[in-house]
Amino acid sequence: MSEVIDRPLRDDEKPTATRLRIVDCDVHPSLRSTDDLNEFLPKRWQQHLREYGSHLRTPYLFTTPYPRSSPLIARRDAWPPTGGPPGSDLAFMQKQHLDPLDVEFGILQVLDLFIFSQQNLEFGAAIQRAINDWQLAFWSHRDPRLKASILVGQDGVDLAIAEIERCAKIGEYIQINVSPRANEPLGRRRYWPIYERAQALDLPLGIHVGGYGGHAPTGGGWPSYYVEEHQSNAHTIAAQLASLVIEGVPERFPKLKIVFIEGGFGWIPSAVWRMDQHFERFRSEVPHLRRKPSEYVREHFWFTTQPIDEPDEARHLRALIEWVGIDRLLFSSDYPHWDFDDPRFAFKTPLTEAERKKIFSSNARAVYKF
Amino acid sequence: MARHIVATTSEIPPGGNKVVDIAGRDIVVFHVNGEFFALLNRCPHEGAPLEKAACVARLTSPEPGVYERSRVGEMLRCPWHGWEFDMRNGQSWFDPKRVKIRSYPVAVERGEELQKGPYVAETFPVHVEDSYVIVEV
Ligand code: FES
Repeated sequence: MSEVIDRPLRDDEKPTATRLRIVDCDVHPSLRSTDDLNEFLPKRWQQHLREYGSHLRTPYLFTTPYPRSSPLIARRDAWPPTGGPPGSDLAFMQKQHLDPLDVEFGILQVLDLFIFSQQNLEFGAAIQRAINDWQLAFWSHRDPRLKASILVGQDGVDLAIAEIERCAKIGEYIQINVSPRANEPLGRRRYWPIYERAQALDLPLGIHVGGYGGHAPTGGGWPSYYVEEHQSNAHTIAAQLASLVIEGVPERFPKLKIVFIEGGFGWIPSAVWRMDQHFERFRSEVPHLRRKPSEYVREHFWFTTQPIDEPDEARHLRALIEWVGIDRLLFSSDYPHWDFDDPRFAFKTPLTEAERKKIFSSNARAVYKF
Repeated sequence: MARHIVATTSEIPPGGNKVVDIAGRDIVVFHVNGEFFALLNRCPHEGAPLEKAACVARLTSPEPGVYERSRVGEMLRCPWHGWEFDMRNGQSWFDPKRVKIRSYPVAVERGEELQKGPYVAETFPVHVEDSYVIVEV
């Protein structure tokens, strides 16, 4: 795994010598303050934000789980010298992340204002709309490497569809992001109109794991510790993968592409083996599925790499990557969060040049059509 | 090993650090509780800059519900994934045999002593009233 470091960086490890331009599928921009949204948020909702703020499915104000390991879950070196929270200063992000790591494209993933968890669906939709506009004005238009997603909450399906249509007309967004923890499992039919629009517009569906909904983060209830809860990202995403596949979303929408973000990929083999095994036995319960779950997974789903698993033996990581499929993996850094992966050092197992090219660039270019 | 004058003691406040380039190596010198420690400025995990690490205490627990803090400020917590290292020798707290940061011997010497020895830094103005932090690389 790790070695004792007692040498200067070799030339090929120096940032300027990164041999490959990378596509980073998970970069987190932050609002400097909610005032940044004023120009995009109608007065009525600015007032609502001031007077009522977020209404979430978790109780009480200020019980949101920060700092979660480090203030604002951020790398300690990611606080901009100009003030403001990590991820809020484009010039600093360029200097610290985009330029030295030679990021060709970075996909923005906004988590501010509990964007997917707002229970007041109209307020949620107003915030989503404002943040969708803010992504272009504050980020993509100022640095064309940065790509925006259409954020919508799928519990207000009509509002979501309207926002998808509005943004699709603008034509600059590269995917549609929905909540990892909606009111119901993501495969449910009530959400299908969103998936139908995503397919029709040929925009991948992005699902960034994390945050809180009304459900306990694990099937066993609420964990005591952050380290315990952090494991649950894998359970959450495995449950959503099963829901989407088994309820028939890829069967019904054969062109839909789905990208799971920040869920890692170590859990995939056993989840898929089990689905396949049970499918053999319980086929008659789900006759709408015409193929094995693994086939849907291999054709419709992609997974970003962070947080990458670090087994003691490099060959185990290698086996995992091969099983999941070199074609299924998209590099992501999670900048500027504390569990950021550095593309130069994250894969502690050898990759060929061709494999590196796929994981760090060409897979994402194909999915997002850069 | 050559000795390098890297700072005056007053230049690095308690709890602070200074990054120096010695022979192409990025080295960070910490000042903790009156002592100085020098380490390679790079986490052995994914290379985070250790100058941004938190200087924390060692936290131990002999049994659930009982917590003890010791060696306050002497443990480094990596600014990225939070791996903890002992500042005295660079050893990781979770796997000291396998994972460590390269560390370097540090001495503090008074200006008068320095002037007598072979280490007077040519590019470094020496004031006899100060003490100097010296790193051996
Ligand atoms: S880079 Fe230091 S813990 Fe990962």
